[in-house]
Amino acid sequence: MIKKLTNKRWALPLAALLLIAAFTPAFGQEASEVVEAAAEVVTAAEPDEDYLALVKQYGATFDFFTVSNLWTLIAAALVFIMHLGFATLESGLTQSKNTVNILFKNVFVICMGLLTYAAFGFNTMYPGDFNGFLSFGGPIATGDYGNTDFSYGGTGLCMTGWSDFIFQAMFAATAATIVSGAVAERIKLPSFMLIGTLIVGLMYPISGSWKWGGGWLDANGFYDFAGSTLVHAFGGFAALAAVLVLGPRKGKYLPGGKIRPILGHSMPLATIGVFLLFLGWFGFNGGSVLSAAPEAVSLVFVTTALAAAAGGMSSIATSYIILKKPDLSMALNGLLAGLVGITAGADSMGPWAAVLVGAIAGALVVFAILFFDKIKVDDPVGAVSVHGVCGIWGTVAAGIFGGYSVLWQIIGALSISAFAFVGTFVICLLVKATIGIRVSEDEEFEGLDIGEHGQEAYPDFQVASKG
Amino acid sequence: MKLVKAIIKPFKLEEVKEALSEIGVEGMTVTEVKGFGRQKGHTEIYRGSEYTVDFLPKVMVDVAVAEDLVGKVVEAVKGAAKTGKIGDGKIFVIPVEDAIRIRTDESGEGAI
Repeated sequence: MIKKLTNKRWALPLAALLLIAAFTPAFGQEASEVVEAAAEVVTAAEPDEDYLALVKQYGATFDFFTVSNLWTLIAAALVFIMHLGFATLESGLTQSKNTVNILFKNVFVICMGLLTYAAFGFNTMYPGDFNGFLSFGGPIATGDYGNTDFSYGGTGLCMTGWSDFIFQAMFAATAATIVSGAVAERIKLPSFMLIGTLIVGLMYPISGSWKWGGGWLDANGFYDFAGSTLVHAFGGFAALAAVLVLGPRKGKYLPGGKIRPILGHSMPLATIGVFLLFLGWFGFNGGSVLSAAPEAVSLVFVTTALAAAAGGMSSIATSYIILKKPDLSMALNGLLAGLVGITAGADSMGPWAAVLVGAIAGALVVFAILFFDKIKVDDPVGAVSVHGVCGIWGTVAAGIFGGYSVLWQIIGALSISAFAFVGTFVICLLVKATIGIRVSEDEEFEGLDIGEHGQEAYPDFQVASKG
Repeated sequence: MKLVKAIIKPFKLEEVKEALSEIGVEGMTVTEVKGFGRQKGHTEIYRGSEYTVDFLPKVMVDVAVAEDLVGKVVEAVKGAAKTGKIGDGKIFVIPVEDAIRIRTDESGEGAI
């Protein structure tokens, strides 16, 4: 080592290093003088007039308002990341010959979701005073529009109406994303686009208004903090309806009751997806406080993380005991189950109740996946079990551990799930009768990447080939 | 000339290559293959359902050699690839009519 350092190659860089070291104190001095000078300039300058006006208008609440608004926007960005999580999770748990198709659906869903929510969804979900069941709203607009005043504190929240809109809009597309995974590998692309648009654009804001818009469920004391029912059970049962109309993938259920598993093609992608969803969930739940209220936001972070951890742990234990093997895909689903489970009551229970809720969700999801496979409901990613079953569990758990009427929690969860199921079932039947819902058997074997898109996700490996 | 086609356990490739280099083999072609013999497959579990993996991953080494080297090559592969457990693989020796080095147009044993 010493020999190397005295080697000629090192002479030049070493000299340069010594030179820099020798001059560093001088540099340091100059820099601190510059900072001091700059500080003087700042204090000497007159504050901006607009800024002063705002301080005067909002007084002491201004800082809290600003921080809350910023937190909501950060949370919206975190929820956005969940769409990447769904995209990678779904492509990981399906075959490589359908990867372009899965990714394409996820790209479509976020674009469609944001636009329909702006055009129709937001003002339908938050209509102000209405009959409690249905009130069609128009597009969002600058200035007053119905209930939507986008100025500072205009909606009576600790954020601007814009922030409220973009946070809710990021949620909206999630419902169709949940469906996307369950119907993967066999649904026709145009049919999915049509069904997804109707689910997200039309149905989601209607059932959402029943609670978050101040509708009939809200009036009766039903509680769903961040959407175990409104988002997840809704998406899960819409997915179940779509899967029932669609039927299982070819070759999954063999005659004689044997199940031939169709393996996901990339466990690394699936794992990345679940970690991204975990990250995004801090925004999903944390942002649902709808302000930066320190105690509430901190509690929600803790309950969310603990429930996720407990969900992962209990699904690992359950699958180890029942299946005799530590199945990674089950561990991933269990973690998500814990997150879905805590979502309804993340702000209304302590850490150990959250652990219990997550742990039950994690065990529940393993049994649900095995059950749906047994009754031949083919759900490649486990969306119905994770979002549907655990969404309902979470909503009931919020009643048990959060002190809300358990009866109304059940009524709320079931009525919204039923609405999602029946509505999606009817839409899917109509689509099936008109433009068709399922790709041909040949296309299914060949892969939807070639059949629907004429593209391959991994062209170098020639993985999409005729069987 | 003969083509020695050895189907071996993937993790034995490095040892087989070393053993062949030692006896003077100057080139080989390696392919990732799947198949089964007496070893058959094994069962795995995915999301609660069992399935059998019939085709196990193996590596196929193709070596073209002059007549007098065949015995040594087979011995070298056998020595390096053997674990004594089921699934060690197979060696096939196949006659080769001709060999041509594309760059120089040489043919016959000189082209190997």
